[in-house]
Amino acid sequence: MGDWVLTWGQYQVLWEGLTVTLRLLGLAFLLGVVLSLVFGIARLSPRTWMRGLALVYVEFARGISSIILLFIMVFAIPILFDFDAFGRFSFAVVALAINMGGYGAEIVRGSINAIPKGQTEASIALNLSPTQRLRHVVLPQAMRIILPPMGNLTIEILKGTALVALVAIGDLMQATRNLIQAQLAEGVSGVTILFVNVLVIYFIVAQIINGLFRFGEARLNARFRQRTGRAAVSTEAYSEVSA
Amino acid sequence: MSEAVATSPTPSGPSTDQKLAYEPHRKWYRRPEILGPVAIVIAVYAVLLGVEVQPGRYRSAFTADGDLALDWDYFFHLIPQMLTGAYVLARATVLGFTGAIVLGLLMALGRRSQFKPLSWVSAFVIEFVRSTPLLVQLFFLQALFRTTDVVNLSGVQILVLGLALHYGTYTSEGYRAGINSVPDGQWEASTALNLDPITKWTRIIIPQAVPNVLPALGNNLIASFKDAPMGGPVLAVPCMLFFANTIRAEDFRSVEPMLLIGAGFLLISIPAAWGLRRLEERIEYER
Repeated sequence: MGDWVLTWGQYQVLWEGLTVTLRLLGLAFLLGVVLSLVFGIARLSPRTWMRGLALVYVEFARGISSIILLFIMVFAIPILFDFDAFGRFSFAVVALAINMGGYGAEIVRGSINAIPKGQTEASIALNLSPTQRLRHVVLPQAMRIILPPMGNLTIEILKGTALVALVAIGDLMQATRNLIQAQLAEGVSGVTILFVNVLVIYFIVAQIINGLFRFGEARLNARFRQRTGRAAVSTEAYSEVSA
Repeated sequence: MSEAVATSPTPSGPSTDQKLAYEPHRKWYRRPEILGPVAIVIAVYAVLLGVEVQPGRYRSAFTADGDLALDWDYFFHLIPQMLTGAYVLARATVLGFTGAIVLGLLMALGRRSQFKPLSWVSAFVIEFVRSTPLLVQLFFLQALFRTTDVVNLSGVQILVLGLALHYGTYTSEGYRAGINSVPDGQWEASTALNLDPITKWTRIIIPQAVPNVLPALGNNLIASFKDAPMGGPVLAVPCMLFFANTIRAEDFRSVEPMLLIGAGFLLISIPAAWGLRRLEERIEYER
């Protein structure tokens, strides 16, 4: 069993990498959520040009491979536009966020569509402005439907962060490759075990994310029940949206 | 005369034309709107399985001017090589996804198994593989096959295996959701009618599960196509991304090859997704 565990020093290197991965994930998630909300709502806009723009973005973001998008962002965009002010890390964040935004926009759109029409009609009857309607009536209800597929999507983005090692950003995967270089230099075998450990780390992080989203869901549903006195609608039916 | 009556019910009343137009209960292989796409898919599969392109070394015929602006001549002369890379990519994807369909079925069956330990193990494997990056899995497989002398797999084979494993878990979830979407009443009715398990599955459950499973399978196919370029940098599979990296390393020009593979990829994946959506609409069961 001792063969499966790495040395303490190796775990420290992996931890350093993990912090970079988590920072990348956090930033990409924030930007991705903003993009999903903006384009998800834009896809339901009454203006045709806005819907068209959002559709182009969504088709682009869902159509392109995340790794090819990452390579384009890191290697082509800075040269093409002669713009390299923020460094590779931020370009990688943007690439991941664009990817997440495409899927997230579809989740947001689907969830808003799933809210009963009566809610919108009632808020129009109450003379709420479109912004108020979205902010106070539709989005809070849509949130319960958004969260489960958003959790899956976040795990997908976590998996996507491993790609940045290929463009030489020092994330968990890159730390692993550095360790391999060191091991090869010392002539020590055991690369397979190293990868098993890394896989387990990714698995644990994914489970933590999953748990956080479950927790958020439970909180949201509890609040919904408290306010309305109704049992929360099952969100099972929408959990497959993200795939 | 009596034979004709037996095979087709005698037309009676004004609804004859409607009946001819609406025949949902023909076998699927007698419905051209399903047969057509199926034939296309089989043809594409056959071509991809049969014809293996061995791309030579990717290299540009000439180097663009020194400045970094986009050079369109250079851009266009790279297209044939990009298409070769796309073909390699599509072939690996299709092979890997074929494996995923089979593996996914095994995993779904394992998860449904009455024997609890098998069910737990498959549930854990599915969850584990699903929530870890394919990139790390590919590195892992590569390291695994390097350390053992028994099996010696090439880069493409490892990529195919990795895709099959990773997307097998996704397809197994698709199968599970599809089977669970068959209403309880159908299961109960087939028990009440005392159907044997084979009849129950082949005549009741699977025909109703397929329309729900196919869209998930199609989405997974496109998703695996989007993950397949990883084989380039990791396993040196001569796919699109490998092509772009080679050109970048040789000519120190990254803008043209990168934009080219981006455009090429979108030109394949967006029509594929669109066609899939059309197919989904067609295959939708008339209930």
